[in-house]
Amino acid sequence: MSLGFTLVYLCLLVVIPLIALFTKASSLTLQQFIAAAWTERVRAAYFVTFSSSLIAAIADTILGLMLAWVLVRYDFPFKRLFDSLVDLPFALPTAVAGLVYSSLYAHNGWMGQFLLPLGIKLAYSQSAIILVLTFIGLPFVVRTVQPVLESLDADVEEAAACLGASRWQTFTRVLLPSLYPALITGFALTFARAIGEYGSVVFVSSNVPGKTQIAPFLIIQRLEEFKYAEATAVAIVLLIASFAMLIVINALERRTQAANSAAN
Amino acid sequence: MHSIPKHMPTSTVVSASRGRSAQEDPWWVRWTLISLSVLVLSVLVILPIANVFYHAFSNGVAAYWNNLTGDRETLHAIQLTLFVVPIAVCANVIFGVAAAWAITRFRFPGRTILTTMIDLPFAISPVVAGLMFVLLFGAKGYFGPWLQQHNIQILNAWPAIALVTTFVTLPFVARELIPVMEAIGSEEEIAAISLGANGWQMFWRVTIPNIKWGLLYGVILCNARAMGEFGAVYVVCGRVIGKTETMPIRVNTLFEGGTSETYSSSFAVASLLTMLSLVTLFIKIALEHKTQADLKEAAQTHQTE
Amino acid sequence: MSIVVKNLSKQFGNFKALDNVSLEVPSGSLLALLGPSGSGKTTLLRIIAGLDNADQGQVHYENEDVTHQSPRDREVGFVFQHYALFRHMTIFENVAFGMRVRSLPRSEIQNRVHELLRLVRLEGLHKRYPSQLSGGQRQRVALARALAVKPRMLLLDEPFGALDAKVRQELRQWLRQLHDEIHLTTVFVTHDQEEAFEVADRVVVMNKGHIEQSGTPQEVFDHPATPFVMDFLGNVNVFHGRVENGMAMMGALNIAYPDYPHAESRNATAYVRPHELDIERAPFGTSSLEASVTQVNPAGSVAKVRVFSKEFGLALNVDLNLERYAELQLKPGDLVYVAARRARVFMPPAADYAI
Repeated sequence: MSLGFTLVYLCLLVVIPLIALFTKASSLTLQQFIAAAWTERVRAAYFVTFSSSLIAAIADTILGLMLAWVLVRYDFPFKRLFDSLVDLPFALPTAVAGLVYSSLYAHNGWMGQFLLPLGIKLAYSQSAIILVLTFIGLPFVVRTVQPVLESLDADVEEAAACLGASRWQTFTRVLLPSLYPALITGFALTFARAIGEYGSVVFVSSNVPGKTQIAPFLIIQRLEEFKYAEATAVAIVLLIASFAMLIVINALERRTQAANSAAN
Repeated sequence: MHSIPKHMPTSTVVSASRGRSAQEDPWWVRWTLISLSVLVLSVLVILPIANVFYHAFSNGVAAYWNNLTGDRETLHAIQLTLFVVPIAVCANVIFGVAAAWAITRFRFPGRTILTTMIDLPFAISPVVAGLMFVLLFGAKGYFGPWLQQHNIQILNAWPAIALVTTFVTLPFVARELIPVMEAIGSEEEIAAISLGANGWQMFWRVTIPNIKWGLLYGVILCNARAMGEFGAVYVVCGRVIGKTETMPIRVNTLFEGGTSETYSSSFAVASLLTMLSLVTLFIKIALEHKTQADLKEAAQTHQTE
Repeated sequence: MSIVVKNLSKQFGNFKALDNVSLEVPSGSLLALLGPSGSGKTTLLRIIAGLDNADQGQVHYENEDVTHQSPRDREVGFVFQHYALFRHMTIFENVAFGMRVRSLPRSEIQNRVHELLRLVRLEGLHKRYPSQLSGGQRQRVALARALAVKPRMLLLDEPFGALDAKVRQELRQWLRQLHDEIHLTTVFVTHDQEEAFEVADRVVVMNKGHIEQSGTPQEVFDHPATPFVMDFLGNVNVFHGRVENGMAMMGALNIAYPDYPHAESRNATAYVRPHELDIERAPFGTSSLEASVTQVNPAGSVAKVRVFSKEFGLALNVDLNLERYAELQLKPGDLVYVAARRARVFMPPAADYAI
């Protein structure tokens, strides 16, 4: 009974809407699809979306690795508080994040008033989009790397030290390779999340095509013009990118699990 | 043989927890990394939270209260959120329990496909999710004409908001429950059945008490995301002021209002959502300890068997 | 390269792991640190390697004070109980690691790795990953890896602790052979007295953070210095009684004890191993103890007999060789007499004597 209910629920909420999406897309000919999803303006929007997401995901991977390392390895005052703060971007509504970031980096904002005189203009630029996407994705890498880092055996590092490796050599040659799967998973999660993000970006973007206009915005614009098929075409491109990410994540998780079970 | 007193830690246990010199980093590395981390979290997380409350209360508490309650549209947005979110959460709790049950208690072909399907909403952009429902229920959508004939309003009304919110938060409860139920196993349930309990009694007296913390954790996460969902709701709600605006949409409308009054109003609404996320975080920390203790206990009983 | 440890102390919280321990490991010897868990043997080994820092005391390699050197400067080979192999590297890369971080030339690394893999009898497996090897093979890779950097000494922490009994037996003998070939100063930690006696030149028995006794396996086994060592090295029967006038009187069991000729009576404890007790059907010798047989178990290389003396409320374990057992034809409930051929008497608290 539970299985039947699960399947019906998934069908109604996930499968039928997805079928609707692909049916709509298939009503377009290839030329129409290209005309809708591959014009110069749309390509510019993809570029903004993917490049911003990529930079944010890279930033989050580096920051996340550092945060995870510090939270696992060191003791410092208010560590528990900082540890739980990492989850805040996950719990905070994205609209709030967008609102507050637009306020912080505006010319009279808390950060903007110091940064603007230095020539750093963040508000309504692509940098603002990258910044807010970095905020949104912050928890993912930390939370995927942290448990792996915690479970690493101390004796592996000790073995490396006894063999004459410096701390840095131990980190790059022994620790980092064991963290790669977790880092890539965290990176992919952040990237996938950033590609689809809309709520926060809408507050900090000035919507200039090729500069700060993102692909999800184009979908909404087409919808407002009742051009469902064109909207769908753009959506399909985003969807395929996200699915690719999901497949990468799943494959990696399976590989890590297999490696772990073989080692034990 | 000799046994040392139980309370006395063995050397290996002790040295695993403290002072392994080969794992220690130089003081300046430690100091730099800790400072950088604190700085990153301060600039990215603490500063924004402080900023929300600063702007919300910048004109005093009275103005704050007036911003929230004096505006009929804002009040309506709060009401709509409080009406829609419980629907989505309830639906996903029932689904989450059923799905976790099916996945952990039965072996059937396509189990992995099922788990992937549950994860799908994570990978779909909220805007695309909204679009899918527009394609189904919109005026030019597949069911649009039929719905219009029967005078049923889904799009640009609360049913569509509830639907997309449910879609976006679908994985949370199931994702939390699957590992917990997997770890606990079904022995206790089988024991209950063998002692004469019927399926329903077994569920309420054995299963639910075992998974309650994990369930609550999933509900909390689901609730936080449901309250804050923007992109998907934005697409399907039609943004009829005072009718189909949820709190996050209201934040946006007020933000675009342009006057300093609407600006601080938008921060007032945002502060409510921020408080909600802080409470969520607080409960989450408390629950994480409980679920982890449950998982550990389950692992231990399995080891001793 | 000899190792000298002087007055080492180490505390973890309230727990004294090492209490003023001094030890010398002669160059080229194979020494076993033997003791129960919590005795401080692993801590001592880790301090020798530099993996833990001592609170007090010094560690010298030959004449060099290395107390404050980091492990990477000490050039020791360390083998861990759970192998600690780098799981993302092939066997070749694992063994080569120490040479790679020293930036040795490629060809030299190549030659040395293959030479070592031959030494540990794993040639041909260099392309595998650790997860594809058995436990015994992994531990041999760990050993090859430790030897690759030409260490000044080899330190092994319960190296066979995680392996099956049979593999453990093989690796023990193999380690002994290897040591005879390369004569590298070696210290290994174990809680298994059989392992220590079979492999080591010298055995150091530790308990509660200090050294109870050190010596050759023969010395330690035949002349245990303390009741702890006596007890730790195998099953014993314990008798409580008194000594006076050159005699130890342990209930019905009286043994000559010339080491204490004084008239003044003192409390003492006698330890007798199961194979040092004899059983007869009738009273015999100067004194024998009346007891009834409660259990017999002839399966094994000796027959294990359990007897109970009602008079003293004392249960004893007796090992008989199988011929003697067949002669006596013991059954549970039989009335027998037990006497000790040999006993070690310890007088608490300070002075320990042995006969």
